[in-house]
Amino acid sequence: MGLKENILTRSIYVFHLSSGSCNNCDIEILDCLTPRFDLERFGIVLVGSIKHADVLLCTGSANKMTVPVIKRLYEQMPKPGFVIAYGACGSSRGLFKDSYNTGAPLDEIIPVDAYIPGCPPKPEATIGALVKLIGKIKAKKGAK
Amino acid sequence: MSDRATIPIGPYHPLQEEPEFWKLIVEGEKVVDVDVRIGYNHRGIEKLSESKSFDQSIFLVERICGICSSSHPIACCEAIEDICGIEVPERARFIRTITQELERIHSHLLWIGLAGHFLGYNTVFMWSWKYREPICDIMETVTGNRQNYAMHKVGGVRRDIEREHVSYILTRLDEFLKQTDMLKGAVLDDPVLHARLKGIGVLTREAAIDYSALGPTARASDVDIDVRRDHPYAAYDRVKFNVITQKEGDVFAKAVVRILELYESASIIRQCLDKMQEGPIDSKPKDIPPGEGIGVAEAPRGEVFHYVKSDGTNSPVRHKIRAPTYMNFPTFRETVIGETVSDATIIMAAIDPCYCCTERMVVVDGSNKELLKAQDLIRLSQEKTKKIRDKFGIK
Amino acid sequence: MTVDNLLQKISERFGDRILASDARSAKRLYVDIYPKDIVDIARYLFKELGLRFNIASGVDDFDGIEILYHFSYDPSGVIVTVRAILKDKDNPHIDTITTVTRSAWWIEREIHELFGVEFDGSEDTRPLLLPDDWPKGVWPLRKNFVVPKRDSRKS
Repeated sequence: MGLKENILTRSIYVFHLSSGSCNNCDIEILDCLTPRFDLERFGIVLVGSIKHADVLLCTGSANKMTVPVIKRLYEQMPKPGFVIAYGACGSSRGLFKDSYNTGAPLDEIIPVDAYIPGCPPKPEATIGALVKLIGKIKAKKGAK
Repeated sequence: MSDRATIPIGPYHPLQEEPEFWKLIVEGEKVVDVDVRIGYNHRGIEKLSESKSFDQSIFLVERICGICSSSHPIACCEAIEDICGIEVPERARFIRTITQELERIHSHLLWIGLAGHFLGYNTVFMWSWKYREPICDIMETVTGNRQNYAMHKVGGVRRDIEREHVSYILTRLDEFLKQTDMLKGAVLDDPVLHARLKGIGVLTREAAIDYSALGPTARASDVDIDVRRDHPYAAYDRVKFNVITQKEGDVFAKAVVRILELYESASIIRQCLDKMQEGPIDSKPKDIPPGEGIGVAEAPRGEVFHYVKSDGTNSPVRHKIRAPTYMNFPTFRETVIGETVSDATIIMAAIDPCYCCTERMVVVDGSNKELLKAQDLIRLSQEKTKKIRDKFGIK
Repeated sequence: MTVDNLLQKISERFGDRILASDARSAKRLYVDIYPKDIVDIARYLFKELGLRFNIASGVDDFDGIEILYHFSYDPSGVIVTVRAILKDKDNPHIDTITTVTRSAWWIEREIHELFGVEFDGSEDTRPLLLPDDWPKGVWPLRKNFVVPKRDSRKS
């Protein structure tokens, strides 16, 4: 059980990238930080620079102009790092898979560790996903 | 010779990092020129629509922009209905109007929050986003989802508003109005905000007309246009409302227009719920004959325009979509030249760009070296507000 | 002005420079013109009659590339669409209307890169939406540009 999985069970610094999304997912992510859902009480903090991030949270269908940006940011993320593909677009390009301007799905550009499906995923789904993820990692730790 | 430098203004969304888009060229602190390059959100939707059926394109256009998730489908449905004069039943018209106005409220609240963040009023940000939640709850109750409602179809709406939901909506609207009063007082009567925002980023009436500016951006510059009144659609000709305009054209005027529109929207929703009668919600059209149609709707940011051409098959031959920010964005060039770098983010925000239309601003120096990032520009903006607060002796 | 008033004014001013007209409904007017007349008619509608420029749209049709210019008369809710057909698909070009209104700045750039139409006299023909490495001479919104359907799990 590596360092990578370990970081998710403490305070998590998340860097949010939108690679060509309709912004519904981005708004729902920001919503998670507002008083009603308040992710910050779990120690989850959005950071402004990839160099401080543990997790890269990527929304959007990775259109061709953003592909080099995604790769560059992934390289700059301090390792071990974790990548979460957020929303239908992040997971598989969603409705936009047949467009001339969307390239590959995110997991063919950078390695993805988790997917949160939905269009957009509700804040409850995001919190549920993170809790599930943390639970799974702790269970793995306990089984060793 | 003064030192000309280009400054990258980071993303409009404070928490995103994406490559350059708007280039601001500065001399010292003042912006002297602006250049733009977009495309980071270009998903080829118009071409995609040609390979979808008419019904499927409604779902596609919902996802053009998260916040105009009701305006685009309504305009698209209207364009298709315009091809052959499909009539929409009365009850469906009222339901369309209600979803439009709810969307307007939640979009303006979102804007107030973000503008607050850029100015350093993080309480306003948290407050207004918290008060957005009851509106999202109403949306979820009525349509089944907080965003991306899948409510509209050609010829009507997909789902009805149940009778038991009506009193729920009215109660939450009442709560919302009380909170809006507080927000209005806090924002519009604050002397710091007057000093910070008045006279900044002025868009003259002539420029607003020349750039065909839309929505609150135009109305704040004394251009009296509103699709709801001028090209009535859904049930807007069956309700009474005021079109809010301001004369100054500065950032403060744009804020006033949006805040006062919140009250109009609440009033329209009440009138709709009151006037709505029982009846069908779908006229169930069968085929779309060859022809062309145009549909327009008033999104929170301005007019949304859809043109659809049909050849009698089940897919559009051509589907042209124009979002309001497409016309408003170029006015940024007009309003930011001559202003200081610390005001650039709030001037951009005042147009209320759809994030997905916005992308980002960048300022680089003569050798293309990044001078300031997004966070730096937001920080500059927040610092300027703090200086004004100190001058007023407010903590 | 109603749709009939607008049609009458346009017909009186432009006479047989109007190829065809169609008052399709109380709120929609379609007017066909020669491409060479676009600046004059745009100036008349925008500056003299005070219509608002909505947007322009291109259509790749059998006859040629159609450019539709949509103008809005807000006081009575009428939309006037001016259609110009560029018959030479290998070299479609039309005068820019940015001299009449700056609001056509972006849409002309967009139609240029998505359809390959040249806007004569335009000061800014840089691409707006497509990536810098997009192949030259490939115009996505033309009918001969076909995007193959993809398997959703492969690129």
